[in-house]
Amino acid sequence: MTETNRPRHAAEPDPAKTAGTAAQPTATPNTPDVETTDATDATTATSLDTAGGAMRPSAVPVSGQSGIVPGGPDSLMRKIFTGSGMVSVLAVLLALILGGLLIASTDKAVSASAGYLFARPSDFFSAVWSAATRSYVALFQGSVFNPRGTGAAGQFAPLMETLTIATPLITAGLGVALAFRAGLFNIGAQGQIIMAGILASWVGFALHLPMGLHLLLVLVAGVVGGALWAGLVGFLKARTGAHEVILTIMFNYIALYFLRYLLNTPAFQRPGETNPISPILDPSAVYPQILGTQYRLHLGFILAIAATVFVWWVLNRSTIGFEFRAVGANPKAALTAGINVPRATILVMAIAGALAGMSGVAQVAGTEKVLTDGVAATYGFDAITVALLGRSTPWGTFAAGLLFGAFRAGAVQMQIQTGTPIDIVLVVQSLIVLFIAAPPLVRAVFGLNPRKKKAVKANKSKTAATTGVAA
Amino acid sequence: MAGVATAGAAALMLTGCGAAPTASSTASASAGNYTGCIVSDSGGFDDQSFNQSSYEGLKKTEKDLGIKVNQVESKTNNDFEPNLRAMVTAGCNLTITVGFLLGDATKAQATANPDKHFAIIDFGYDKPIANVKPIIYDTAQAAFLAGYLAAGTTMTGTVATFGGIKIPTVTIFMDGYADGVKYYNEKKGKNVKVLGWDKAKQDGSFTGDFEKQDKGKQFTQNFLDQGADIVMPVAGPVGKGAGAALKEAKAAGKDVKLIWVDSDGFLTAPDYKDIMLSSVMKQMGEAVETVVKEDKDGKFTNTPYVGTLANDGVQLAPFHDLDSQVPAELKTELDQIKKDIADGKLKVESAASPKA
Repeated sequence: MTETNRPRHAAEPDPAKTAGTAAQPTATPNTPDVETTDATDATTATSLDTAGGAMRPSAVPVSGQSGIVPGGPDSLMRKIFTGSGMVSVLAVLLALILGGLLIASTDKAVSASAGYLFARPSDFFSAVWSAATRSYVALFQGSVFNPRGTGAAGQFAPLMETLTIATPLITAGLGVALAFRAGLFNIGAQGQIIMAGILASWVGFALHLPMGLHLLLVLVAGVVGGALWAGLVGFLKARTGAHEVILTIMFNYIALYFLRYLLNTPAFQRPGETNPISPILDPSAVYPQILGTQYRLHLGFILAIAATVFVWWVLNRSTIGFEFRAVGANPKAALTAGINVPRATILVMAIAGALAGMSGVAQVAGTEKVLTDGVAATYGFDAITVALLGRSTPWGTFAAGLLFGAFRAGAVQMQIQTGTPIDIVLVVQSLIVLFIAAPPLVRAVFGLNPRKKKAVKANKSKTAATTGVAA
Repeated sequence: MAGVATAGAAALMLTGCGAAPTASSTASASAGNYTGCIVSDSGGFDDQSFNQSSYEGLKKTEKDLGIKVNQVESKTNNDFEPNLRAMVTAGCNLTITVGFLLGDATKAQATANPDKHFAIIDFGYDKPIANVKPIIYDTAQAAFLAGYLAAGTTMTGTVATFGGIKIPTVTIFMDGYADGVKYYNEKKGKNVKVLGWDKAKQDGSFTGDFEKQDKGKQFTQNFLDQGADIVMPVAGPVGKGAGAALKEAKAAGKDVKLIWVDSDGFLTAPDYKDIMLSSVMKQMGEAVETVVKEDKDGKFTNTPYVGTLANDGVQLAPFHDLDSQVPAELKTELDQIKKDIADGKLKVESAASPKA
């Protein structure tokens, strides 16, 4: 153990530079000491903290700590996923502004008034303003509150629609976020949703069981399907060291083509038809609509809230969650501290898959009620964005899921009322990702880039983010 | 941001020098209060296939009949139901939905809104719904002609076809094509082979989607290597991959030909004019126009519209530039077959044929 440690310390930046801090020499003898103590939870916590604390004297940059460790998570990726929430908000704002300009640029009134910009500039700017605001007002009316709806029920129908669409985004996003906290970049939500969808829908249409039991079994089938599919990735990673990014991407393809194959077999087709579409799920196998039949909002949303609480609990209150975070922060250190890294890897992937599986169930038992090859839509990939925007925290992911749900729900109204192509929403979503991945750009745009004085502040918060992972 | 604004302003400098218009209210023609709407499937209205043709048909009625048109594109299968609901709330008199994937969603909205009318392209219900008109095509009839034509013009004695995804609306082309070749063989005592589709087994070559053109190209090259000289891709935009492969083969001195589907490829895919033998056309735009017109005049029925050779709903496109390469004798035979099919003397059967 100490042998593997020494070269790593030797690899730290120039001793000449670090020598000045005098922290390094004292730290080195410290570490083995802690390691030899038996790793109960409490000591694990302290050992990790002191290990991080030993380097605290801030001569070693945070990025250096995780970046140098072989097998450690990519520090840039980590920064992107767990940066400050402010950048998320500003990124959304900036994306909306740019999206507005894009809408305006395709607007007929704008291009007409651009022709005589210098003769009467007010026309042009008011056209730009009205084009962008009209679209966004429609987006809002389609996703939150529609004043023209009949009665309160009609007026809040868009909000219910937002919650409905957000449901699979939230659970799949949680799966991605949780895996990321353990240092795994889980791109496989798409495949996990598909496998869950296959199993859940099959139980839903092929078995005929009593009310209650049927739905429970559908849910279990989906969750288990997702968990196994992702757990297999975790297993391969833990046992063979195969990279989870490659594994999950390939597993997405396998799941999709497996689904297409199944939909071409009579067992998954409707009797007497050859279209690749499954029979409709039994009424006993679908989620009840929790606020009456006028809304599509179903029980899955309540389960998504429960899942968020669960993930929050796992990450912040449970032993296993602590292990996940420890592995995510530095797998080698976690191993040294006595954490069973392979077990944590398999387990975190399985839980992530189970969460994505809930999205699959929300699809087949909540909104679609059939299995098609589009069952996962793009939720598996949107989930990555959602987790990214939510900074990989449970409630952040929840909020990001709601935002994306609102975009999707509102886009329909925007398209109908103003003729703005639905693609604009995809552009805004993509811009959000782009800006989140480039925090300095966002800060520069808003004039928030830390100068000398602020730099200290920024550093502090960064150290807090990595050392106090519990936050 | 400032940079963007300056760049934008600079661009406008070049064009922004016109005179401002005087305030005049152009009296818009009375648009009427009939609204026709359309919901695409996840292919979108620019899919160069049935979404696009149907959309264009509806857009044409906007001008011709002076109705209002509302359209909404679905990005994923999840959008179907919200989109349809939104159309109903937007006050559409007739809503056209495109493709079998929208079957369930259309049925649900039609049942919930019995006073609204719907039409669905390329899908029929087992039990007719009072306010939904299916628009379906017996494409095998026209594809039969294409198969006969291919068999009659091939130099190598081998023709080929492939599909995008194995769904009835695709395999019906391939069934008809294979049968056309078979009919030619029976009549002429020849042995023209069809690659890419086995009608008896109902199995063949599929690229897996309607997007990856490189796969279409690869499939076509394989067919060429196996001796085929005429290829009919039934895969929407993937057909362009086939076109590209054939053009390369032609440049290399081979005599190869392409048969397009859905629309007249000579007009819609002009890149391949010089190898375009013919096209198996589904006249979707026309059908949409007819249905909208009927509904506007209060003559809506839920009887399926079935496009056949008899009502010109499906057709074999003209040979255009390759007209000279089709022997006159073959042309007369094709005319005769067309007549026989239209009269019902010759039956073209496919597992995917409309049941109605």
